[in-house]
Amino acid sequence: MSTVVDIKNLGVSFSTDAGAVKAVDDVSLSVDRGEVLAIVGESGSGKTVTAKTILGLLPETATTRGAVVLSNREGTRERDVISLSKQKLREIRGEDVAMVFQEPSTALNPVYTVGWQIMEGLRAHGEITKKAARAKAIDILGRVGIPDPEVRVDHYPHQFSGGQKQRVVIAMALVLEPGLIVADEPTTALDVTVQAEILDLLRRVRDEFGTAIVLITHNMGVVADLADRVAVMYQGRVVEEADVETLFAAPKDDYTKALLAAVPYVGHGTVRAAERAAERPAGWAEQTPVVEARGLEIVYPGRFGREGFRAVDGVDLVIRPGEVLGLVGESGSGKTTIGRAIAGLTKVTGGSLKVLGAEMNGIREGRFRPLRSRIGFVFQDPASSFNPLLTIAQCVAEPLVIHGRARDAASARKRVDELLEAVQLPRAYGDRYPHELSGGQRQRASLARALALGPELLIADEPTSALDVSVQARVLELFGELQLEFGFASLFISHDLAVVDLLADRIAVLYRGKLVEEGTGADVLGSPDDPYTQRLLASLPVPDPVAQADRREQLRRLREAD
Amino acid sequence: MTAASLTPAPKRRLRDRLPVVHHLRQSVGLQRGMLVAGLVLLALFIVCAVFAPLLAPYGFAQRGDAEGTFGTQQPPSAEHWFGTTVGGYDVLSRVIFGAQTAILVVIVAVVLSLFIGVALGLYAGYFGGWLDKLMVVVFDAIYAFPSLLLAIVLSIVISGGQSSLWGGVLAAGGSIVVVFIPQYFRVIRAETVRIKAEPFVESAKVLGASNSRIVFKHVFRNATRTLPLIITLNSAEAILTLAALGFVGFGIEPTAAADWGYDLNKAQSDVTSGIWWTATFPGLAIVLAVLGIMLVGESLNDLADPRLRSRRRVAQAAGEVAETSVVPGGTLAAGPGGLGGLEDGESFDEHGIEVKR
Repeated sequence: MSTVVDIKNLGVSFSTDAGAVKAVDDVSLSVDRGEVLAIVGESGSGKTVTAKTILGLLPETATTRGAVVLSNREGTRERDVISLSKQKLREIRGEDVAMVFQEPSTALNPVYTVGWQIMEGLRAHGEITKKAARAKAIDILGRVGIPDPEVRVDHYPHQFSGGQKQRVVIAMALVLEPGLIVADEPTTALDVTVQAEILDLLRRVRDEFGTAIVLITHNMGVVADLADRVAVMYQGRVVEEADVETLFAAPKDDYTKALLAAVPYVGHGTVRAAERAAERPAGWAEQTPVVEARGLEIVYPGRFGREGFRAVDGVDLVIRPGEVLGLVGESGSGKTTIGRAIAGLTKVTGGSLKVLGAEMNGIREGRFRPLRSRIGFVFQDPASSFNPLLTIAQCVAEPLVIHGRARDAASARKRVDELLEAVQLPRAYGDRYPHELSGGQRQRASLARALALGPELLIADEPTSALDVSVQARVLELFGELQLEFGFASLFISHDLAVVDLLADRIAVLYRGKLVEEGTGADVLGSPDDPYTQRLLASLPVPDPVAQADRREQLRRLREAD
Repeated sequence: MTAASLTPAPKRRLRDRLPVVHHLRQSVGLQRGMLVAGLVLLALFIVCAVFAPLLAPYGFAQRGDAEGTFGTQQPPSAEHWFGTTVGGYDVLSRVIFGAQTAILVVIVAVVLSLFIGVALGLYAGYFGGWLDKLMVVVFDAIYAFPSLLLAIVLSIVISGGQSSLWGGVLAAGGSIVVVFIPQYFRVIRAETVRIKAEPFVESAKVLGASNSRIVFKHVFRNATRTLPLIITLNSAEAILTLAALGFVGFGIEPTAAADWGYDLNKAQSDVTSGIWWTATFPGLAIVLAVLGIMLVGESLNDLADPRLRSRRRVAQAAGEVAETSVVPGGTLAAGPGGLGGLEDGESFDEHGIEVKR
């Protein structure tokens, strides 16, 4: 086998306002023909920068050192990407190496048909007649699994679903038959079930087209599913490189071990949930629920004359005091809408929703405001859920000031310090501004703010999905500890079954606004009844290449049965 | 916790927090040149305005001194560096005093339109509703008005066309206010609508904060980012409108105040007869004042945007590797309370390289 790309002693630095920052430091990697190399690492580890160097896509503030030797598909020509002129770079992009981006909806231009966009790439590289280009576009769309390519070639991006858009992006990358595809988090923006399909497609790309793939991801499950060889990056360096079975079976580097240990597995939380259930006193189930929804309906109003969008459709659910309910579903399933409705951010349009004894259907803000002190809310993105102009201490003091427990932020400082300690942040961090904290620290501060008033109910909307996997593990652990200590009831919303399983007493699965399954973690994850839950569970890639191969087979059978 | 982790984050020094000073320190190359040139011109303009009575050799309405009258249309000489006008005034003195009038117009125009525009923009953006829609329509209509026409109408209304100092200043400033309120309104409204949807505003809502608290504490301070740029553009426009008013004959009487536009108007016939100094110096003053303000505004805009800001190139693969969010080993093993050295001690500044969103 010959190598497609050979990275030798690559170093990349960026000039920033704070001076020079080194993003990649002395990295050497090579990819063979028809091989999938996964570059794994957390944010800031330099994996994206390394991959972008292969295409010469670095911004002007970057300086590079070392060599990236790229050969064409036939292996007849070798060129060092770093020393190429802009003109030559344009030639190799598309022909020798192509890129698949993270977010398919922004990688496609909304005002042109997908066929036009595929043909654009063909026309940029050599003379080709319109007819021939169109034929080629139709052919490639068919090969990436778009049904009726003759018709779909004239459709616009918004007429495709998210998964199909990613297929089109992959088709665009494949159309010039490059020897190498760089896929930067190709499935991160997609739902689990769609992710499984795209991973299947990428596997086919490798087998049928013989294309090598550099896969950049932070998801160990995706690595186990697709990669042949893995390079683990940490702080700009490659700390470990091994083939996929060896890496997962016997990781050598400490960082790799920590990374693998932090990945949540489905099934880890069931034992704990069972223990907690056994400890509950008799008559617990008869207590008045904190949240009780009966036939809950939420409709977002449509535009003029159009029908509204039914986000939540007839959902029944109950959260009792001190209980954690995990709400799982894909994007658009209505899980966030339910959380927002309970917090009074979205209007309930039908059915009944009782929160802390108050009926939310038709409630007025003035009547609900006193109840807000008994509800905490943790948002998905810790970066934007803090006012950037206030210090952490001022932000955490906000609920205390608003509800009259303190006169101003300074007099609440003692309580704030206690709260920061409860979430294991040093007191001195109270004087910092939100942007001076890392993502995990910010999310812990966010927990402190939500707990400031000692709420009876905590709504956590995807609190860890913006975090790196090891930071996520810390935050989840902390959440569990705080829940034990403070004993609040909680609605824990997530798209990740494994995360929900770690914390929840009961799990509810939403699909297109309807509750399809509800029960304890052992019931829902152990023996799911609903076909959707079964598919969701089977689509979740596990970070173990051997087990993942079995699951893939299982998922294929499930799909065929449909 | 280790002792090191308890030391508070270093406070940013004052010179890094003041807007213009901070920008100046940050800039390099051409952008720095533009900013410095703009600041020098602006400083010259402000010094002239503040110290006009000290700097100017004569008063703005003075036609003679102890030795008799100056004479009309005298070329530049040792007594009159910039010569004298057709009315017998000293050009240099009138150019310097003109800065005073110009700066008054700028202050009146900016302060009035800022307060009204920002208040209305915050209200309309945050609460929306029919009043918001009405204001958008009305302000769009006002925006279509030429500001000079408005200024002429206002000058007639305020002082019947016979302009005193304040009559002229209010006419020019007032027309700018009317034309620029929509600008502040639209910018603040757009920012408010954007910020209203930010999670930190929602989180304040979830906490039960009142509307006025949310608007003033959370929305307002975050919505003022683009104001410096509009203020500079607005100031330049104010000076130009005052000059244009003077030029079309609605200027301030020479005995009331010095007005560059008025002097230009009176210099029109001089140009054809070879008297260059009466038109050149007031004209130059207008150009330099506007140019200085514009340069500062434009550079601040470029420097505030990381994508437009140019930086020094770094040496080959230099610099320290930024800390990532994880410390090798022991991530989970750290256990409750025992996360000393886990995530502490590192901090991400606003340009830290967190790549993932």
